[in-house]
Amino acid sequence: MELIEYSCRDLLSWLERGELTAEGLTRAYLQAIHQRDPRIRAFVYVSEVEALEQARRVDEKRRQGQPLGKLAGLPVAIKDVLCTKGVPTTCCSKILQNFLPPYDAHVIERLKQEDAVLIGKTNMDEFAMGSSTENSAFQITRNPWDLERTPGGSSGGSAAAVAACEAPLSIGSDTGGSIRQPASLCGIVGLKPTYGRVSRYGLVAFASSLDQVGPFGHDVYDVALLLEVIAGHDHRDSTSVPAPVPPYRANLEEAVRPLTIGVAREYFGEGLDAEVEQAVREALNVYRRLGATIKEISLPHSKYAVATYYIVATAEASSNLARYDGVHYGYRAKRFDNMIHMYSRTRGEGFGAEVKRRIMLGTYVLSRGYYEAYYLKALKVRRLIKEDFDRAFAECDVVAGPTSPTPAFKIGEKTANPLAMYLSDIYTISCNLAGIAGISIPCGFTKNGLPIGLQLLAPPFSEDKLLRIARMYERETDWHLRRPKLT
Amino acid sequence: MPLKPEEVRWVAHLARLECTEEEIGLFTAQLNDIVSYVNQLQEVNTEGVEPLSHCLPIHNVFREDTPGVSLKVDEALANAPARKGDFYAVPAVLD
Repeated sequence: MELIEYSCRDLLSWLERGELTAEGLTRAYLQAIHQRDPRIRAFVYVSEVEALEQARRVDEKRRQGQPLGKLAGLPVAIKDVLCTKGVPTTCCSKILQNFLPPYDAHVIERLKQEDAVLIGKTNMDEFAMGSSTENSAFQITRNPWDLERTPGGSSGGSAAAVAACEAPLSIGSDTGGSIRQPASLCGIVGLKPTYGRVSRYGLVAFASSLDQVGPFGHDVYDVALLLEVIAGHDHRDSTSVPAPVPPYRANLEEAVRPLTIGVAREYFGEGLDAEVEQAVREALNVYRRLGATIKEISLPHSKYAVATYYIVATAEASSNLARYDGVHYGYRAKRFDNMIHMYSRTRGEGFGAEVKRRIMLGTYVLSRGYYEAYYLKALKVRRLIKEDFDRAFAECDVVAGPTSPTPAFKIGEKTANPLAMYLSDIYTISCNLAGIAGISIPCGFTKNGLPIGLQLLAPPFSEDKLLRIARMYERETDWHLRRPKLT
Repeated sequence: MPLKPEEVRWVAHLARLECTEEEIGLFTAQLNDIVSYVNQLQEVNTEGVEPLSHCLPIHNVFREDTPGVSLKVDEALANAPARKGDFYAVPAVLD
């Protein structure tokens, strides 16, 4: 294995023992970016100079015997939706193309405090709206396992960066599956924390009651490490919860016993690819062999999750994105007749098609005469979806199923049909509506060599248990050790 | 009750989104697809169900009103497309 292909547990131990320097490691990843990213296109911005400076500072601190952070010397790639002081933050939108944030997001502050090396910003669907990263205003990211296919989305750049070994860790955001679905399609681990676990301060808002920031890594340990760093209370986000952050890595190897895994029959219905189903059923057998009880359950309102989501998320987005007005920051149209025309032309020229579509849908469902029939109705169904999970978690520790109904799809395959694209999030969306935690871990490959992901969903603030349960499976399998062949 | 292009044009106006006629045509078709899909929610019995706007058991969060450091004027205005002195510059609001 090449250096860049190792996971953080190994990299950290070599760094600690002085067998590897942060600068050397950072150079290795920068070289991988130079070699591989022209094909993958995971990054929209590479902080080459700053990253090397940061790495040298970490090496210097280590030489002087100063205390070091948990991520000392590890490069981390950041989805371009998090504000990074003085580093472009575009949300891959033309409307924010020249935006240089005057402050760091809470998550970025935490990464810096723990001596991470911020290596660059990654591609995404514009404003995190999409499931394939094809809605980026700047570039198309390719799946490292098959360059003809998408990496999923919306955090497709962050997932592809780790899968292609251009960074050992990355940060994404998940509003309806935008961490778990690309993790699944790229064969890595991705975790959506409980709503309120990670501060959203400095995360560019899409749908504020659903958005969460979360980690990507090659394995469960790496994701636990990164979650330890980014989780925790921050008074600048009033929805961030002041619950203590457990040391997620400390008892990762302890199996959860007894363990009851709920399998929702609704997650194995029409539209599920046969190879995906087989891999997920085989994963359940692994848990069975480990002594888990597999219990069939029902989440009866699952079939309404996508519809509920596309009302709630677009309504919130239509309000959140009102801030792009050509006044405070970002793009402003060159020619206009008056103030209102300045707004509408700026937004008409600055936003891409999917963002416009969602703002329009959100505006429509909130407009007079439709608010009750759509928005209020969706909020009621949202409660029913959450209550389905409350009932499920009363009798099982986690709910397991496929992360995505299909493996990675072809570039261009779903762009003409927004609804077909929305349905690729059918298994991940409920988790955000219910505010619970979810993880996707590699559980196999199709015969064409495309990764398959297993999704585990857990009650609020039980990430420690969720990670341990994920690790139980990982220890029995070697899917997480595979790397795509890229030279 | 399918959306007509006039309604889509009205929604675009409410959202302050300038759209070409071609976009209005495309969005009318696509929004109709999506709206007819989300209409399946009407079949769910939600009588007596309280709306859920977020999942946390919190309602309001207070903290001490302690003064902190704010952005300097130049930092706050650095990203503005147009600036006049210490203010954001906008086109005339009144004719």
